[in-house]
Amino acid sequence: MSRLVESFRRGGVFVWLSGTTLAFCLAMILGLVGYLAAKGMGYFWPRPLVQVQTATGPVLGEITGQEPARGEETAKIQFRVGNRDIFGQDFRWIPTAGLAAPTFPKDAILIERLEYGPFIGRIVSLSHEGRVVATGPAAFSEALNRLPEAGRLRRQIHSIEKGRVGDLNQRIERVRLSRRKLEAGGDTAGLQALDAKAADLQTAYDQLQASLEQSRAQARAWTLGLQTADGQTKDCPLGSVVRVVPANAMTPFGKLGVYLSRLWEFVADDPRESNTEGGIFPAIFGTVMMVLVMSVLVVPLGVITALYLREYARQGWLVRAVRVAVNNLAGVPSIVFGVFGLGFFVYGVGGGIDSLFFSETLPTPTYGTGGILWASLTLALLTVPVVVVATEEALGAVARSQREASLAMGATKWQTLWNVVLPSATPGILTGLILAVARGAGEVAPLMLTGVVKLAPSMPMDGSFPFLHLDRKFMHLGFHIYDVGFQSPNSEAAKPMVFMTAFLLLLVVVILNLFALNLRRKLRARLGGSTF
Amino acid sequence: MEIDDPRPIPEPARLAVPPPQSGLRPAAFEQPDLPLTDPSVLTAPIMVKVERLNLFYGEKQALFDINLSVARNSVMSFIGPSGCGKSTLLRCLNRMNDLIDDVRIEGRALLGDADLYAPETDVIALRKRAGMVFQKSNPFPKSIFENVAYGLRIQGEGNSKVLEEAVERSLMGAGLWDEVKDRLKDSAQGLSGGQQQRLCIARTLAVRPEVILMDEPCSALDPIATARVEELILELKRDFTIVIVTHNMQQAARVSDHTAFFWMGKLIETGLTEKMFTNPGQRMTEDYITGRFG
Repeated sequence: MSRLVESFRRGGVFVWLSGTTLAFCLAMILGLVGYLAAKGMGYFWPRPLVQVQTATGPVLGEITGQEPARGEETAKIQFRVGNRDIFGQDFRWIPTAGLAAPTFPKDAILIERLEYGPFIGRIVSLSHEGRVVATGPAAFSEALNRLPEAGRLRRQIHSIEKGRVGDLNQRIERVRLSRRKLEAGGDTAGLQALDAKAADLQTAYDQLQASLEQSRAQARAWTLGLQTADGQTKDCPLGSVVRVVPANAMTPFGKLGVYLSRLWEFVADDPRESNTEGGIFPAIFGTVMMVLVMSVLVVPLGVITALYLREYARQGWLVRAVRVAVNNLAGVPSIVFGVFGLGFFVYGVGGGIDSLFFSETLPTPTYGTGGILWASLTLALLTVPVVVVATEEALGAVARSQREASLAMGATKWQTLWNVVLPSATPGILTGLILAVARGAGEVAPLMLTGVVKLAPSMPMDGSFPFLHLDRKFMHLGFHIYDVGFQSPNSEAAKPMVFMTAFLLLLVVVILNLFALNLRRKLRARLGGSTF
Repeated sequence: MEIDDPRPIPEPARLAVPPPQSGLRPAAFEQPDLPLTDPSVLTAPIMVKVERLNLFYGEKQALFDINLSVARNSVMSFIGPSGCGKSTLLRCLNRMNDLIDDVRIEGRALLGDADLYAPETDVIALRKRAGMVFQKSNPFPKSIFENVAYGLRIQGEGNSKVLEEAVERSLMGAGLWDEVKDRLKDSAQGLSGGQQQRLCIARTLAVRPEVILMDEPCSALDPIATARVEELILELKRDFTIVIVTHNMQQAARVSDHTAFFWMGKLIETGLTEKMFTNPGQRMTEDYITGRFG
């Protein structure tokens, strides 16, 4: 008994208690990250293709789950059979009762395609413009040889469509707009010049389309003859094949290659099939850019607010009330900020900008619709309390002797703030920014109202003038999770994508924070012995 | 700005009769017309003059009817127990007390012939004329060079030649040049305590003030660093007028020409240091100097 009392007196119990609590928190966080990583990262590893014989015929596919017998339900195995275009669904549950031993046919392949999800079956033949060139194993190896070329052609077509065609479209649109302006002014000479320009552009456009059509025909020339496990056949142009995975015939190194190539595709490519396949690069880019724009907006806003509150405002009930109000802003549901952003920024400010500067494009809105600028501004408002509180703390922590030293030299209050107080407070301000980034990067609800879309046609930053397009809509990892996981027509197939996207979102936040932490560490070292 | 008062004000400050303590002579309080200023001070040109100065922190009065003069190119030290108002008075001389919210000041204070508390006084310009060195060395988190150049920079001096010259001259003036001339770009925080304090003095010298106010500049320094600062004070006296607050009797005796003794917000006695320490006019001064109270 006395030992317990002694332990209480010395605080040993509390050391244990706090240690346990910390361990618990760490376990939760690591568990979450580990779960996401395990569920997501495994998805890219090529799984064996299993064939079983059922009463209705053979079934070939990846085993993705199983359920034990429960009551009247018998034990079942879930197969991912693919071939959505033929079977109508990706997954099938097959009762295990009476099932013969599964086989792993060496010639079974999984083909990732641009459309209809994966094909699972066998390659029968390869044809060029309708003429069969090779059959059986020869067709497979020939297809593998021709695949890189087909992919190159596909990417080329894609880049022409996105780049030069888009560029021409933009120029034609600009000519159309200036035409409308001139028509209003009645300038016939100008109109004629414009017409000539428009005709030139149209010719260029037609030529481009013709060459595109040629490339597309070229891409369609090679086709694969495919056969499913139950004997149905299907032709697939080689141009729409992303990857051929003969999972059962692969060495571990081959599998590793497929794994890495899939992982790279996921991180660096555009999404396909309403986001359930392909990559999430636009979402990563959109998230990072939105957070950066938000940081650029929130830091001045928060720091200047805190400066006034702390340094200039006469401390009284009014300032106290403002401070309480600012702190309480942090508790307002984020969707409310979204609604505010929609009403004030998008419709109010954006609509005003449109009617002032972009009236010729109306009724098509330019800034009067959701965009990355409005989303970032909304998030800046959402996170400004964090920055204000952190900055106020940092300002308060700057030693009074430092301010006095500066003032005693004949510096004005502003000079003192700018030259002495703010530099010393910068690490604390960065702490606020780190918290703001963590909060802002994970928000989804306000973005849905102010600029995030399921699939953005173009990025908010690209090679076309003026390079930074803050009016554009964008994709976001958080919204991507919601969209793929809960809004997609094939969410079962996309589940691993959800885990992976969540994992990547965490990673993005961590990386952004590491940048800020590193910056703060450097600043602290330069300031030497600062308390923050 | 909320600033907690650095020096507590003694509660009974407004009592006409001091609390009964051994060795105290109440007469000092009942005779406000005692010759508080040494006549010899009045013959030299006056740099700082304080006339009938009263200071209040809110309701509490911290300084009572102070009359004081400091001669040009002399060192005046303020002594007295903690909370006696000596630092408060010092901070009146460059209006640092303005930073505290509830301060009210009555009476006059003159720097040269400028009235510090006249409504038209430019506080910023005034502080350039009265530099200050603080109890704890407080270099800015910048390089040594930038610390010294700070005062000129905020005045808008951007010419690097002028700045370099001023920095060298000031560091020499503060006896620090030889120690830091090779590492002017290093952070000032890397200097030792004594060096930091001399850097603060150099920083003050750079703007060429007329008066240097020192608020217990050696209280955080070791004896060797203290000795160096004291030597420095004696050298600086040639070009500047110095007012120094100190708790250290020996220091006051060593560096100052005149000494003023404060007790509970009142100036008890002022005069030549030599006389104050050998033959004080007031019993209380003698008691304090000899360590019988304080």
